[in-house]
Amino acid sequence: MEPVTLSINDKALTVPGGITVASAVLVSGASFFRRSVSGSPRGPLCGIGICFECRLKINGLAHRRSCQVIVEDGMKIETDEQN
Amino acid sequence: MTSEIAVIGAGIIGAACAESLSSEGLQVVVIDAATAVGTGTTAAGMGHIVVMDDSNAQFALTEYSRRLWNRLAPELPRTGEYEFCGTIWVAAGDEEMDEVRRKQAFYDGRGVQCEILDERSLRKAEPNLRKGLAGGLLVSDDSVVYQPCATKFLIDRAVSNGAKLRLGKKVRVVSDDGVRLEDGEFIAVKKIINAAGIGSGFLDGGLNIIKRKGHLVITDRYPGFVSHQLVELGYLKSAHGNRQDSVAFNVQPRITGQILLGSSRQFGIDDDRIDHRILGRMVKRAFEYMPGLRDLSAVRAWTGFRPATPDNLPYIGLCPEFKNVYLAAGHEGLGITTSLGTAQILTDLILDRPPKIDCEPFSPFRKVEQAANG
Repeated sequence: MEPVTLSINDKALTVPGGITVASAVLVSGASFFRRSVSGSPRGPLCGIGICFECRLKINGLAHRRSCQVIVEDGMKIETDEQN
Repeated sequence: MTSEIAVIGAGIIGAACAESLSSEGLQVVVIDAATAVGTGTTAAGMGHIVVMDDSNAQFALTEYSRRLWNRLAPELPRTGEYEFCGTIWVAAGDEEMDEVRRKQAFYDGRGVQCEILDERSLRKAEPNLRKGLAGGLLVSDDSVVYQPCATKFLIDRAVSNGAKLRLGKKVRVVSDDGVRLEDGEFIAVKKIINAAGIGSGFLDGGLNIIKRKGHLVITDRYPGFVSHQLVELGYLKSAHGNRQDSVAFNVQPRITGQILLGSSRQFGIDDDRIDHRILGRMVKRAFEYMPGLRDLSAVRAWTGFRPATPDNLPYIGLCPEFKNVYLAAGHEGLGITTSLGTAQILTDLILDRPPKIDCEPFSPFRKVEQAANG
């Protein structure tokens, strides 16, 4: 598949097409995806859409399960690490 | 020591009664079949403190109660999540704007702060409402509360005033000199308040309390998506409709950023499982008003039962066929709002003081007929 270019916390990244957003964020070297309500860092656990730990903001929409979304060209991904 | 008053039901109504009576120095015992407080209809609802205008009696009770809530608000713990977010009654078309103006005149003439919003100011107040809605009425002193914690707060206050709490105790029968529990124990008291919600009809045979099933959905956290409690103007058609199933757009912002999404009404159903057909209708109705809701994730849906009466007014006062048994039941979907007013009225009645509002329309002795608008 053609590689796609997306942004993670406003930093451009080119990844293989067809992978999940969770994979792309892991490839980018992120140390965590989101913070829980009490502030602890969280990231993907199950990888199959059950645990909700990999939630991210994708194209402005919060709480998307990144392990269930396939990367697209121009996608804007935001983790809680930028805050 | 014998208690003077038994309150049956530790929902918001019973909790408010216990708090109010105990603060007057009366010895109160609160009895509930559940092992925690506020687990019935109270836990299932939305916690909207709202002034209603569907009848003069309902207006008087809701307005009186809202004043009591707003006075109590500064004393509530943070977990009570009390927020003066206001209600916007949303008008879809020009016909509904006529109703907005009627409503505004009604409230204005009775000292309730409100403001007509045109299409533009409505969009400004709630950018996620769809384009093309006609406008609405903002009732700014309405609020929301996290009712399970408010209930706990009222019970805790009652207990600190000396009230006793008997949880996990089911009442089998009430009489003029006390209550008999399922386990055989008899609790002798001078007066009894039946605040058993949907169970209150069981305790007072002839009482006409109807279970009205509702569904709610709660979303994940999306701070700022909704800022006011939003209710479609046609809501009363649903709330007071006849026995057909109905849905209405009614969403509430929580302090957490979560959004509560309602509402549905169904009669004659005992099954508490989610009915996906009506849940689907309810959610679709919400999407018509707020298309952006489609993209949010819901984390939970549940059901509950409102204790309804045929004329849409609660029973507050002495119970027919008893000398010492009072009723505080049948508040339908307004129990959170009207709990404090109900408790104050009953406290005044029990202490032989004149209640602050005319309580005749709520008399359990009244001839109850299906409301004209039903």
